[in-house]
Amino acid sequence: MTGMQLIFLIAAAVVVSSAFMSVTSRRMIHAALWFVLALLGVAVIYALLEVSFFAVVQVLVYVGAIAILIIFATMLTRRALEDHGKQFNRATLMTLVIVSVIFAGLVFSLRSWPQLQSMTAPLSADQLDVGVLGLALTAPDGFALPFEVTSILLLAALIGSIYVAYERKEKKK
Amino acid sequence: MIPLYWYLLLAALLFCIGLFGVITRKNAVGILISIELMLNAANINLLAFWRYLYSDTGDLRGQVFVIIIFVVAAAEAAVGLAMIISAYRQKQTVVANEIDSMKG
Repeated sequence: MTGMQLIFLIAAAVVVSSAFMSVTSRRMIHAALWFVLALLGVAVIYALLEVSFFAVVQVLVYVGAIAILIIFATMLTRRALEDHGKQFNRATLMTLVIVSVIFAGLVFSLRSWPQLQSMTAPLSADQLDVGVLGLALTAPDGFALPFEVTSILLLAALIGSIYVAYERKEKKK
Repeated sequence: MIPLYWYLLLAALLFCIGLFGVITRKNAVGILISIELMLNAANINLLAFWRYLYSDTGDLRGQVFVIIIFVVAAAEAAVGLAMIISAYRQKQTVVANEIDSMKG
């Protein structure tokens, strides 16, 4: 077992256990903090894949923005469902069955792909440069159109969420 | 080197945990956290496949797909949390079952 495999196993254990804790913990603020730990573990996984740009973006966008947003929403809606009542609805057992069947199906389909066991990453690193990706994102014959559509989506989501969350004065009476 | 199927197994496990949370969580913020976990699992899969199969061919579609998923996840979190806050303001609850204004 090489060092990279050991780091992968540790990061994977952190990701899976903290994801499990964030799904099952009773207090929402604890769930959000476990979620942050899971996201950092995923960033380590990206770094192991040698896509360091995405590791940085993961920390910036997920940990820096989305997790903070979730923590803010938790604080704004607190004292709901925290110490009383069950955290899960009636479908818990049924869902456990469904989820394990789906996981078994995924593992089975992975096992039926024999060349997967021996597959290793190519060593050439010229495509791992961020500049190549940046040029491809802005080139007209590359991905300029999806890139612009994505920015319009982000703008629309921004304006829409401000409009939805805006406290209207006339409704307060 | 790390075999490709390790990444795929990790992503499958993360996806299943997220799916469990989406279906069973009562708190709407918890549902949103679980959705983000599922999106992360999809991203791990896409980046692992891109790195192992396409990173020496000059094909960047895997990376572009991951960037778009990042943006969609951010947009979805913003809109979803805005809706949760708006619903909390009107009904004083974040339990997904009790937000049933659109129930027929």
